[in-house]
Amino acid sequence: MTGIYGASVLLIALPLAGALVLLVGGRRLDRVGHIIGCATVIAAFVLGIVIFANVLGEAATDRVHEVSVFTWIQAGTLNVDFGMWVDPLSLTFVLLITGVGSLIHIYSIGYMEHDDERRKFFAYMNLFVAAMLLLVLGNSFVTLYAGWEGVGLASYLLIGFWSDRPAAATAAKKAFLMNRVGDVGLVLAIFLIFKETGTVSFSGVFAQIEQVAAQSPGTVTVIGLLLLLGACGKSGQVPLQAWLPDAMEGPTPVSALIHAATMVTAGVYLIARSSPIFDLTTDGLLVVAIIGTITILVGCIGGCAKDDIKKVLAYSTVSQIGYMFLAVGLGAGVYALGILHLLTHGFFKAGLFLGAGSIMHGMNDQVDMRHYGGLARRMPITFATMACGYLAIIGFPYFSGFFSKDPIIEAAFSAEGAEGWILGFAALIGAGITAFYMTRLMIMTFFGEPRWKELRSPDGRAYHPHESSAVMTVPMVILAVGSVGAGAFLASGDRLTSWLAPSVGPFEELDPPVPPIVITLATLAVVALGVFIAYWIVGRRPVPIAPPMPVSPVVALARADVGGNAINETLFARPGIWLTGASVFADAKGIDGAVNGVAATLGGLSGRWRHWQNGFVRSYALSMFAGTLAVVVMLLVVRSA
Amino acid sequence: MNSYYLLALIAIPAVGALVLAGMSGAPVKTVKLVALGFSLVELVVAIALWIAYRSSMGDAAAQVAVPFRETFSVEWIASFGVSFSLGVDGISLTMIALIAVLMPIVLGASWEEKLPAGRTIGGYFALLLVLQAAMVGVFAATNVFVFYVMFEVMLIPMYFLIGAFGGVRRAYAATKFFLYSLLGGLLMLASLIGLYVASGQVLGAGTFDWVTLRSVANQIPESTQLWIFAGFAIAFAIKAPLVPLHTWLPDAGAEAPVGAGTLLVGVLDKVGTFGFLRICLPLLPAASAKLSWLIILLAVIGIIYGAIVAAGQSDLKRFVTFTSIAHFGFIALGVFAFTTQSIAGAALYMVNHGLATGLLFIVVGMLTTRGGSKLIGDYGGVWKVAPILGGVFLIAALATVALPGTNSFISEFLVLIGTFSRYPAWGVIATVGIVLAAVYMLWIFQRTMTGPVRGVGVLGGQDFGLGDRPHGTDTDAPSGPDGGGRVPVTAGAPALAGGAHRAGLKPDGQGPTGNPAAEAAPAPTRIKAKFGDLTAREIAVVTPLVVLILFLGIYPQPVLDVINPTAERTMIDVGYTNPAPAVDAPIEGGS
Repeated sequence: MTGIYGASVLLIALPLAGALVLLVGGRRLDRVGHIIGCATVIAAFVLGIVIFANVLGEAATDRVHEVSVFTWIQAGTLNVDFGMWVDPLSLTFVLLITGVGSLIHIYSIGYMEHDDERRKFFAYMNLFVAAMLLLVLGNSFVTLYAGWEGVGLASYLLIGFWSDRPAAATAAKKAFLMNRVGDVGLVLAIFLIFKETGTVSFSGVFAQIEQVAAQSPGTVTVIGLLLLLGACGKSGQVPLQAWLPDAMEGPTPVSALIHAATMVTAGVYLIARSSPIFDLTTDGLLVVAIIGTITILVGCIGGCAKDDIKKVLAYSTVSQIGYMFLAVGLGAGVYALGILHLLTHGFFKAGLFLGAGSIMHGMNDQVDMRHYGGLARRMPITFATMACGYLAIIGFPYFSGFFSKDPIIEAAFSAEGAEGWILGFAALIGAGITAFYMTRLMIMTFFGEPRWKELRSPDGRAYHPHESSAVMTVPMVILAVGSVGAGAFLASGDRLTSWLAPSVGPFEELDPPVPPIVITLATLAVVALGVFIAYWIVGRRPVPIAPPMPVSPVVALARADVGGNAINETLFARPGIWLTGASVFADAKGIDGAVNGVAATLGGLSGRWRHWQNGFVRSYALSMFAGTLAVVVMLLVVRSA
Repeated sequence: MNSYYLLALIAIPAVGALVLAGMSGAPVKTVKLVALGFSLVELVVAIALWIAYRSSMGDAAAQVAVPFRETFSVEWIASFGVSFSLGVDGISLTMIALIAVLMPIVLGASWEEKLPAGRTIGGYFALLLVLQAAMVGVFAATNVFVFYVMFEVMLIPMYFLIGAFGGVRRAYAATKFFLYSLLGGLLMLASLIGLYVASGQVLGAGTFDWVTLRSVANQIPESTQLWIFAGFAIAFAIKAPLVPLHTWLPDAGAEAPVGAGTLLVGVLDKVGTFGFLRICLPLLPAASAKLSWLIILLAVIGIIYGAIVAAGQSDLKRFVTFTSIAHFGFIALGVFAFTTQSIAGAALYMVNHGLATGLLFIVVGMLTTRGGSKLIGDYGGVWKVAPILGGVFLIAALATVALPGTNSFISEFLVLIGTFSRYPAWGVIATVGIVLAAVYMLWIFQRTMTGPVRGVGVLGGQDFGLGDRPHGTDTDAPSGPDGGGRVPVTAGAPALAGGAHRAGLKPDGQGPTGNPAAEAAPAPTRIKAKFGDLTAREIAVVTPLVVLILFLGIYPQPVLDVINPTAERTMIDVGYTNPAPAVDAPIEGGS
């Protein structure tokens, strides 16, 4: 582990060291905590760029590097190295994580300025960055899993950062538990991979997976589906999506970094990283694509009904990651499109969340858009940056989303047979609904009557919306630039797809059933329709301060998180609580009672053990008798055998 | 040639206990320091033993030929072929090291233990040291008779630790503990004699010597082995409680004082799973193979059942014991899955569980000492009031759920991956246990540590008046001199963040009535002034455990290197080989 690739360990070590120093250092570091937090992440970003530049200077075939650091777990034939896997895919993520991470860290200096525990916040954020980098840089499924759980922990800590709020504590727990359900899929996939191939390292598994597929194709499909279950948990995909909107209880920079730009896209990374496995299972890939498509629509429906600005953005994240799943589910040759959308989404969604945070900062932490209105004039920079993000997410021509979402829709149509038409149309409709709810968000927030003038925040204060300070707006502006230009930059001349080819295989030209321009125009038409409907419903008349009631069953369902929570409640929570109660009762009355009953009878003790001193001698005598009997029986048995 | 490490490791705590017994009347602090001194000397000797063992341990093949290192043997009862033989292999060495590490920590954690009336701390510490000597004896015994004697001797100090120093229902708990152990001991005695006789039928003269017994293990008929196995297995299943023989543990664990409880759950119960590894697998291989399904079934039931029942507990200490029942399920599963990974994982699990649950037990003890209640419902929002306590509780919780980065992950992963490669279905069911572990652990964390500050354990009784607030200038100190004093804070306010001392009281001691800010607050509540964060002593107690938990999570290889050859030797003893992967390509590893 020498040279520049050995230094990739430092990428993880820097933010991790920052986290440890901040946590162990305690209140003494309160004044400099944010500086340490930002400095370590920025240093990791710079190092990431250096490594990236090195790899870029190499021939395409030499761009995959494996660095072994030390033997982590060894027992029998199992040998897990702690090592780094430096290749175009992991470096892409490194730059996204540390780049967007640095911006959000800087933003947080302003956002968390008035919080007593800002140092702790930065410690957890650093912990997250370290774990996320381990996730993408690890050279085996086990190191990936370690990072996977690490980001889950950081997410738990940060969602519940304001831990004295019951809603935050509950949301944090819910996120962790639903992720754990997915994790079972991931660990079982690792176990099965080990059982089949005898190794867990990427290089070993990918070298042998074809042989496994030749012997037993079904096994590879099972591995793929188990990996998918893990991916669904982490990325908030159906049926494990319900935790992500609740995760908005965390501070807004957390929502931007973890629950929009990076952690929730780990599922996409997992599938892209496991592309040699998924390439061998068309059934597995089809399920990925179907899950992605369903999630696009579920997320869209959820996004339409919410009045909480962060929850709208959260559902939009669910839905956009659905697009990424759809893309990677379309299989060999198209993985790169999923990563492209992941990157552009990282820019515009982080920007939108930081914008939302900026609004909250100026609006007494109010998240209900019905309290907003006409904020464009009070917060011009926030408005401008969010407008860039808005145009990017709806896929306005030449903004980032246009270059990343459009090809996915095109690729969906390119799939064979009826599958292509169904997936394509679903993706198309999703684009229209996205345009609807994002336009609704922008109108309710920035245009129309300033409803906040008449209202008070729940703690009784009047609203005094104001633009945020430069430490917050500068990162927003940078992300806005990315929202505008990143798509064009990455997509032009197949820049990203050819860069990623060594990791996920070469990009294959799409073959849609109709000319691409038709699909593009159709998408734009649907998007325009969505924008228009939003204007028609929300923009023409004042927004009511109370949500309209009663509403149709569809809207009611959408407001109730598309039934996700109800399903969890009915299937798991209530039976679980009942089972727990019953088991505790059975343990105390049944098993303990039965054993005590037998013992009490044998020992001549009273059922309540009241006279234990008296009964003790008798029980001892009886036990000796029983023991003698046991010895005699044993002797008889052994002798006779 | 005899090595004296093990003899010394038994003798040091035993002598320490005698010294403490002779010190009645000496100042309490001296007594405590003497006990701590003996435990530290023990730790040093254990480290020396570890180093000596490392240099001579050899690989699996060498351990098949000579299973034990650092042996010591003197003739004891010649007519029965009993010699007092000691020795260590990789698995027993790690357990002895675990005891040596835990002992000073347990003494430190018990430093200010509130004992029942009439009991002295000297007596308490002396019993803990006796327990240590007996536990080392069990793990070091290489003669099955010595193993049995030590197994029984070990019960005596623990019986008195629970019965004399425990909580309110200590008499009930101690009796239950004793009767269960007695039953197990009797069955074990019967099996021990059976083993002696059976070996006599093969050799002509019976023996208790482990090495000799192993050499004839395959010549004892399977039907005989099954009977002998039954007696041992029941004894071990009681000790490392497998469902349904577990119900003594929650009572014993909940009533035992914190130090004794830590050793009970952390080490003493491991004698059961250790017995499976030391006695059942090598000496009764045919029966072990025949009945492995039964133990695996009970183990998997224990994993699921222990977790479910743990989630429903209302008492913190009972909760910890039920989590341990789930963990013992993992260990037993690993032992009887018969793969190198699962057996090495089980042996490592025994160490890791001792560290992780030891920390959890100790932290729970620190919490209950502050709140004066063992009930989960009496606590809430503690993290805000005592951030370090909450942070350490979180680390213990994460180790309990086996999060990567903590030591428990390595062992649980090894057990599960090993089990899965031989019995996929059992592996899948057991893996569900990792979700259940997160359920019970995070739920307890949420109820006690997060949310608004609440509960009589934290806030004190219903009396929110100012009457019992001490007058003076120091009422805003995090832990006032008067235990009954309370510092007012605003419920749920961010001002709480820094602990109680950031509350509304001004140093002039005027109180809320003279303080407009506090008066305006809607619902002033009071935190017990004594509910401070961890003291320097407590931090010193938990730090080694936290460091070990994290270190062994990141770099477990020093311990695995010691365990691996013995795990492989056990595989050879029981006559199993690892399932081969489906593909037959050369793979890295094995080195």
